[in-house]
Amino acid sequence: MKKLINSPDTVVTDALAGVAAAHPSLAVDIENKVITRAGGPTLGKVGLVSGGGSGHEPLHGGFVGFGMLDAACPGEVFTSPVPDQMLAATKAVDGGVGVLHVVKNYTGDVLNFQMAAELAADDGIEVTPVVVNDDVAVQDSLYTAGRRGVGATVFVEKIAGALAERGAPLADVAAVAAEVNERSRSFGVALSSCTIPAAGKPTFDLGDDEIELGIGIHGEPGRRRAPLAPAAELAAAAMDAIHADQPLDGDLLVMVNGMGGTPLIELYLVYNEVHKYVTGKGARIARNLVGNYITSLEMQGFSVSVCRLSDTLEQLWDAPVDTPALRWGR
Amino acid sequence: MDAAFFRDWMTAAAAVVETQRDHLTQLDAAIGDADHGINMARGFSAVTAALEQKDTPTPGSVLTLAGSTLISKVGGASGPLYGMALRSAGKALGDTSDADLHALAGALEAALAGVQKLGAAREGEKTMVDALAPAVSALAKALAEGAPGDGALSALAAAALAGAQSTISMQALKGRASYLGPRSVGHEDPGAASMALILGALRDVAARQAP
Repeated sequence: MKKLINSPDTVVTDALAGVAAAHPSLAVDIENKVITRAGGPTLGKVGLVSGGGSGHEPLHGGFVGFGMLDAACPGEVFTSPVPDQMLAATKAVDGGVGVLHVVKNYTGDVLNFQMAAELAADDGIEVTPVVVNDDVAVQDSLYTAGRRGVGATVFVEKIAGALAERGAPLADVAAVAAEVNERSRSFGVALSSCTIPAAGKPTFDLGDDEIELGIGIHGEPGRRRAPLAPAAELAAAAMDAIHADQPLDGDLLVMVNGMGGTPLIELYLVYNEVHKYVTGKGARIARNLVGNYITSLEMQGFSVSVCRLSDTLEQLWDAPVDTPALRWGR
Repeated sequence: MDAAFFRDWMTAAAAVVETQRDHLTQLDAAIGDADHGINMARGFSAVTAALEQKDTPTPGSVLTLAGSTLISKVGGASGPLYGMALRSAGKALGDTSDADLHALAGALEAALAGVQKLGAAREGEKTMVDALAPAVSALAKALAEGAPGDGALSALAAAALAGAQSTISMQALKGRASYLGPRSVGHEDPGAASMALILGALRDVAARQAP
């Protein structure tokens, strides 16, 4: 599998050097692998920290900036970062009124963020974690590690980030983050797997006429394999799963997200199908995102994330944001 | 078994996860995200480096340094879980400069307890616990029956290997493999496989030192 890398061992550090060179608004500590706002912490504002494996860009580093995250911790490819990174990030964004950790629901992320929060507490920084678990492909039961945190992570970071920027207290910022998570559901479909640089070959094989339904963001197999079908059917499969779990109703925020290897022309095509589906159920897409926001290296496929909006959440979504990956209102 | 023995064990563990790195990666590709081999190799390489750079006068200090290094370097679920296992074992060994088999057995029990507390996995859920728990039982049983050192550690390593193999038929209830549900059946758990390798390294180091 051809990749634009120098060597598998230096992918993350080489990429971080590129992020640093491209974005003067960011301060990139390549050695400790922490990305923060170049201006430093905002005193009196709740700091927002997230992080996860590399390979999901622009998540999370691309969302560091005014109106969204204060810090992002990139781990090795598809591997959650370590407590040291998260602690360093937490200290770097501490504005004196507490820090929110946005934690995607994976065992590694949860454990490492937990350890970091304990270390931060020892240092006198109040940390509240919010766990994102919007993926409907996994049954949330005693028999699994719980639902995965996927597309809604973007929604949580934007909306909680907006509230934090207004100077709201930690409890309120955490509450709105949890509310966005509660109101959001996602489902993904893959046309291909992806290749981790150090592994050298795709994580799993999909035939020319096969797709994988109910994927996560780490190149792993999904809920089930199915035959390739027209985009309308694949979009309907995703939307059926979402609608069955949380019926589509009222004003919605919808993201049609590319997994990294899907051309924009196809994402817009899928969005058309999603739009028709939503309208057909009597609901309305009030806000949308179409593009690559939470990817899985070069995986071909898409995910849909739907959040039931309220007036407040819609206003917070519209609030100004200035990050490498999302920028409006400024 | 003095500090040097435990350092040898960690070095041997590093060597075996490096040679088995691709195999562990393959296991993790089948039911995970294909990074277990890479992560373990990176983590244990950092452990050997740390052991070269820092003083570890006691067996306990070797394991706690190894555990802390894994937590700092590995990430994912393996970092905290293996890190907790070794830190718990190291703490249980206390300040002694020479650990006998009973002390080792107690340390591995503490490792198991630490892992289960952090990860909440029980036996049968297709995790590293399915290699560690039977190994701990086998060692305790061998000691109770008065088996000599090398026999006891052979029993430990064999039980770990059998435990790892037994994960093949299990459905994963924990970790990334659990997202696959029934599709996780028929594949060995990578964490159990790496645990069996690490405990096998312990037996190998002891066997090399046997008179």
